[in-house]
Amino acid sequence: MAEAPDETHNQDDLTAAVPARHRRAHTTARDLRRYAGLFAQRTSVMRSSAMRDLMEITQRPEVISLAGGLPDTSTFPAKSFARQMTKIAQESAAEALQYGPTEGFQSTKECIRQVMAAEGMRPDLDDIIVTTGGQQAIDLVTKTLIDPGDVVIAEAPTYPGAVPVFCSYEAETMQVPMDSDGMRVDLLEELLDRLAGEGRRPKFIYTVPTFQNPAGQTLSAERRVRLVEIARERELLLVEDNPYGLLRYEGELLRSLYELDGGDYVIYLGTFSKILSPGLRLGWLCAPPPVMAKVVMGKQAADLCPSTLGQYFVAEFFGEGHWRDYVDSLCDHYRGRRDAMFEALERYFPAAASWSQPQGGLFCWATLPEFIDTTDLLARALRENVAFVPGAAAFADGTSGRNSMRLNFSASTEDEILEGIKRIGRVVNEQVDLYESITGTGSHQAIAAEPPGAGGEVVPMRRKESG
Amino acid sequence: MKVAVLKGGRSLERQVSLRSGARVEDALAQGEHEVIAVDAGDDLVRRLKDARPDVAFVALHGADGEDGTVQELLEILSIPYTGPGVSACRRAMDKAQAKQEIREAGVATADWVSFSQTAFAELGAADALDEIEARLGFPLVVKPARGGSALGVRFARSRDDVPQAIVSALSYDARVVLERYVDGRELSVGMLDGEPLPIVEVRPRDEDRYTYEARYEIGRTEFTCPAELDAADEEAVCEAAVGTWNALGCEGFVRVDLMLATDGPRVLEVNAVPGLTDTSLFPMAAEAAGIGFEELCDRLVKLAASRVAAR
Repeated sequence: MAEAPDETHNQDDLTAAVPARHRRAHTTARDLRRYAGLFAQRTSVMRSSAMRDLMEITQRPEVISLAGGLPDTSTFPAKSFARQMTKIAQESAAEALQYGPTEGFQSTKECIRQVMAAEGMRPDLDDIIVTTGGQQAIDLVTKTLIDPGDVVIAEAPTYPGAVPVFCSYEAETMQVPMDSDGMRVDLLEELLDRLAGEGRRPKFIYTVPTFQNPAGQTLSAERRVRLVEIARERELLLVEDNPYGLLRYEGELLRSLYELDGGDYVIYLGTFSKILSPGLRLGWLCAPPPVMAKVVMGKQAADLCPSTLGQYFVAEFFGEGHWRDYVDSLCDHYRGRRDAMFEALERYFPAAASWSQPQGGLFCWATLPEFIDTTDLLARALRENVAFVPGAAAFADGTSGRNSMRLNFSASTEDEILEGIKRIGRVVNEQVDLYESITGTGSHQAIAAEPPGAGGEVVPMRRKESG
Repeated sequence: MKVAVLKGGRSLERQVSLRSGARVEDALAQGEHEVIAVDAGDDLVRRLKDARPDVAFVALHGADGEDGTVQELLEILSIPYTGPGVSACRRAMDKAQAKQEIREAGVATADWVSFSQTAFAELGAADALDEIEARLGFPLVVKPARGGSALGVRFARSRDDVPQAIVSALSYDARVVLERYVDGRELSVGMLDGEPLPIVEVRPRDEDRYTYEARYEIGRTEFTCPAELDAADEEAVCEAAVGTWNALGCEGFVRVDLMLATDGPRVLEVNAVPGLTDTSLFPMAAEAAGIGFEELCDRLVKLAASRVAAR
């Protein structure tokens, strides 16, 4: 879940001398036709894109990247890491290097229960399955529930990494606008009524209710209650993806959908990626028993079991009893970075821009005048050595959200954030000026408007909401 | 021969270039050549000086690789290289300049106008948009003067689309080209050592225009090679491609993209370093002429070496 979808995918050693390789010398046109005939239908919707190629450039060292979704793992104490891994090597080497149960170890589930308890949830150990990152949890849910053409409902914008999952199972993704209180549940109900009128029923509603990726918004307490009621009334599944809940920098804890519902209509997804380490590749999923039975089979087919070594590390780390202190230190760290981003946006972005004011998480979502296409803007920004995620990545139709961008504040220092936002602000202002000189409109009068398109619109967020 | 394959770099087409380069390396390594892969970065010149290759295979697309910059460095280092020389690269890269020279040489190209970004801010170029639109009509195509792979190319269907399209195009380059839309068949002619290869016809599937995605993904676009054309059309298209080659003073190989309208072909642009990926048009055309990829790469390397010998 909410992991960066933009990890480096280039595995070639780019500069080494090339030995005569055994892989194919070249592909002929005939080969291409042959492969094209072999591809599954669903691959036709799995698209690489200009954006992904642009994102690759953001990896260069001279680029200030506000594009990733990476937590800062540099503060994890190396000494304690060494101590924990040494203990595992000395005491449990054979077990830690062996396969484990598909559902994950009981010891890992105990740790997961501690994490969930910190947000007021008390799942049964049997209701938990440990997954290979939260991303696999999204994949397993979709694989379990979706036939080609089935409807999935998500927020607009939604987690960019969920879009290719829904696409690869040929779901039809419909998106419900958000405001500063999260998903507009009134518009959700309208959509559900419309679908019911067409004789269609969505299989599940995917939501990141707390510090949403990418919008940074949090679903209000009232809407949480209403959303759970809707799911119960209409017998729909809610998939609550909560990677960031414990990364709260201000404000009060809100009850999770899972807690409100009691786990009947809510599938809950969690992860160690943001509170400990994404390199562990450990997440989890809580589901009602009938769903869980299918998910376990899917997990078995996918990769047999989650990383055993990683689970030993989690047990060791939690066993020392300081995991909450580490999360608190991350919060202190990220709070300063978030505030630096707010300050920079205020200082460098034009008046016509607006942005969310997240109380936690890793992301801020900025909306620019509608004539700016942020995919093109990224090409321009890369010349200034700064990067962000273009908004279109967060929409299944690939065209909405074109005037928005996701900005990450967890993976850069405060100075880098100030400089990065300054550079982005400069190119945005340059485009605003250019547009105005072409259209002859007044200076900086452009208003952030919502992009058109049913189910794919973003309600502009208030520029200065409290909090 | 010892061949340095130059690829990657930091242009926006880096990924495509890495794919072209990797494929060229494989093909050359299968043959007699010693291959050195070079991801173009700030150590490029030093690495070339150390490696002292017999030939540099330029598989860089976009800025630096396709605009004469790398070629200029290779000239200074006296390393023979594949593809056109400095001047032809520079002229081909800038669509406005290429079109100008092609037209002066008597080859038909779609009507266009071109502006710099500063013309809008400092000269009030926007006030000429009415005249421009009257001359070019709608829809019109708006693109960055320098750039490849359809990045930043927009179709303006009406007046209202124009300002935004210009802003998008100017994200990629400081000059923009507004071009009359040519309705017709989309063709591509690979030119190898001055001779046209079999013509490729490009047919995007469904509603897909020939976008960046469609260009590099198997199965997204349908190609026919050789294109089914009557003899007169084929001759006119080849003549336009050869005329373009001569007008820009090309060497080695290039790809000429054009539209075939009812009243004849219009050249749209020239690619000084055509894509050489699995889905690229130039290798497809070569193959249709009976030249496999390995042989193609070998020929390009030998052409580069002999060209210098002749100088």
